[in-house]
Amino acid sequence: MVDLVPLFVAIPLAAAFLCLLLKRFGDRVCGAITLLGILAVLGLSLTAIAVGTDAVNMAGGYGVTMRDGRPFVAGIAIVLDGLARLFLLVVAVVGTAVVVYGFRYLERSTGRALYHVLLNLVFAGMTGAVLAGDVFNLFVFVEIASIASYALVAFGTGDREVEASFKYLLLGSIASLAILIGIAVLYAAGGFLNMADIAVAVREGRLGGAALLGASALFLFGFGLKAAMMPFHAWLPDAHPSAPAPISAVLSGLLIKTTGIYALVRVFFTILGPDPRVQTLLLVLGCVSMGAGVLLALGQDDLKRLLAYHSVSQMGFVLVGLGTGSALGVTAALFHAANHALFKSALFLSSGSLERMTGTRNLSEMGGLARRAPWTAAGTIGAALSISGIPPFNGFWSKLLILIALFSAGLPWAGTIAALTALLTLASFVKVQRKALFGALPERLAHVRDVPASMHVPVLVLSALCLLTFVLWPLGLGDVVQGAAATAQSADGQPPAIDSYLRLVLGRP
Amino acid sequence: MSEPGGMSPIVRIVTRWLLGFVLVFGFAVALFGHLTPGGGFAGGVVITCGFVLATLAFGAKTGPAAWFGRLASTLDAVGALAFLALALLGYAAGHFLAQWAGRDPEPFRLTSAPSLVLLNLAILLKVGAGLFAGFLAVAAFGRAAEDVGTDEFSDAGAPQGPEPEGREA
Amino acid sequence: MIYPLIAVLLFVGLYGLLVKRHVVQKILGLAIVEYAVNLLLVAIGYRDGGRPPILTPGEDPAAFAAGSVDPLPQALVLTSIVIGLGVVMLLVAIAMRLHQRFGTLDTTRMNRLHG
Repeated sequence: MVDLVPLFVAIPLAAAFLCLLLKRFGDRVCGAITLLGILAVLGLSLTAIAVGTDAVNMAGGYGVTMRDGRPFVAGIAIVLDGLARLFLLVVAVVGTAVVVYGFRYLERSTGRALYHVLLNLVFAGMTGAVLAGDVFNLFVFVEIASIASYALVAFGTGDREVEASFKYLLLGSIASLAILIGIAVLYAAGGFLNMADIAVAVREGRLGGAALLGASALFLFGFGLKAAMMPFHAWLPDAHPSAPAPISAVLSGLLIKTTGIYALVRVFFTILGPDPRVQTLLLVLGCVSMGAGVLLALGQDDLKRLLAYHSVSQMGFVLVGLGTGSALGVTAALFHAANHALFKSALFLSSGSLERMTGTRNLSEMGGLARRAPWTAAGTIGAALSISGIPPFNGFWSKLLILIALFSAGLPWAGTIAALTALLTLASFVKVQRKALFGALPERLAHVRDVPASMHVPVLVLSALCLLTFVLWPLGLGDVVQGAAATAQSADGQPPAIDSYLRLVLGRP
Repeated sequence: MSEPGGMSPIVRIVTRWLLGFVLVFGFAVALFGHLTPGGGFAGGVVITCGFVLATLAFGAKTGPAAWFGRLASTLDAVGALAFLALALLGYAAGHFLAQWAGRDPEPFRLTSAPSLVLLNLAILLKVGAGLFAGFLAVAAFGRAAEDVGTDEFSDAGAPQGPEPEGREA
Repeated sequence: MIYPLIAVLLFVGLYGLLVKRHVVQKILGLAIVEYAVNLLLVAIGYRDGGRPPILTPGEDPAAFAAGSVDPLPQALVLTSIVIGLGVVMLLVAIAMRLHQRFGTLDTTRMNRLHG
């Protein structure tokens, strides 16, 4: 398993360039390559979970024996630990559903081969970012995923798409450059790029003061923008609805988590260690994101725009959970991030189905579609119940855990905001269901037909996973989430998590 | 930019003389990249500059854009896949990206790291072709040379060529 | 001395990126910010009177590390230049699309999206 870790990145990259090479043979070939690639990643991530051991791979590692006999290996560290396993699993599951959905959804659009190329590049960037063992490669992989996603947002090449992509590109680039300056500051102050080395330097007090503070601020801005944290969220409600539905599902379901939430967790918990100032900021900004996101979502008539604002709001839940800094809070936050990936991608996929059936994204022009399209409606309702936090769907459990973490951490104000947000989310999705799926069927839509099976089955599967989370939790999912939190969290005085990461990467006893 | 026929005879003749040197220099920079400053990326940039120079001098119809333009995207993919294949061949010698092709113990020779040379050449192909494809995609005469309007940005090809790069360096 | 100049360059670029209304001026602003960051990386690795970072056989690694320039930022800078190149190329391609769609390069007149 140790040696196979680079394949998580190599397979999607190979699939991307094979698609580019073979694009003249048609998009069926490219689709088959993409599907095989993501299935291979799914198999690898399930294997990684079944094996369950942490691994470090020095890609291109070249060993030198120093004068004092210490071995010194130069190379790019690729680290597979609990946190990486959780995110790899989420990427692979949602990615498979998206790829299957994309076949029929895009059958009428041009440039499908290039869609597959870019989609594979996004996958490669996300798996690479999750596995990177040094901050610079984290940045590089985040950029690979981001640049491919900028191009995918403009895929439709209409007015809105191009304008949204331009805004997204400018804001995303500013965030990336902030991250790069943060890395430069850390390197200038400490002389390390490897995450474990930086963590040791911070803990031994060799790295601190103004440099650490400045780098923290830059990372918080950069990765916070990629995670659509509230003051930096402006690009998301434009960019996510503009992309084709499968891409929206990848962007909202996966990209903001791997390049945003995951990076925040890795940087602020594993590397820089717990900092009460950062956690307070995460709490406050998370509360703002939750509340304002859901209030803005309530007023939307455009289904995809509504879902995009809910992404901002749900990311607020995750940030608040991280902001508690307690073991329970971090576990709940990571669990909610994984759950959000499932139900939000299902919702974006079904929004694509509804748009394809009705030709519109405006809720006021839909209605009564549950009778005409029972399968799509079933998938949509399942995902909507999850995001609204109805038991026994997965959204209920993770929101409950976040609320418990907030109240037990002595933050009743944040807990109140979270509970109110959950209620408003429910109200918002009741509106969606009433307007789109139930009620009177407009004359215009009397003869719409449900989308083909390859489009409603992925949505149904994702919704079923949302429903069955409480069955899967004791069967191993719980271990994966708790293992991820154990790598990330740093609660209660001595952080055991950082110790395990350091032991893993530095080979220390 | 330039009209389809290219620039004046002076520019074209000088370009013809220079082009070979530019391409050979780029290739050499990549070939000896493991020994001297340079490498696949720098060599690829030099080669792309040669192609760009020739495209400007000879124009879109007769320059390298005419015969190399369609090929560039394919070669770009071939270069990336070659790099990946070479990296995966490292498994034969133990681990990802390992030096599988043996090493000459004598330092400062071309053969002191053969697999590194091959990796550099793959990067040369990827960067040279990728950058040139990107240049053609954003240059106004890329795909829609016929209906270029009065405005300098009036029309252009689809933003298709440049795939985001980043792993080469 | 070099660091204040980098800061000046950074803020010139940010000014162009955030204040200017023309698409091309915004792109140039982003490129200038990128160059400032690249320059910062190079400046971090620079050492006054440093030797080339090539370890010869039999040399003490500690003495070598103390006397040579730091090669790592150069590798970082190369990667970040490539990323910057990809971003600017994509940005130019999208800018051409913007002009095609809106008939203008003035960002204040591109407002199909709101809220």
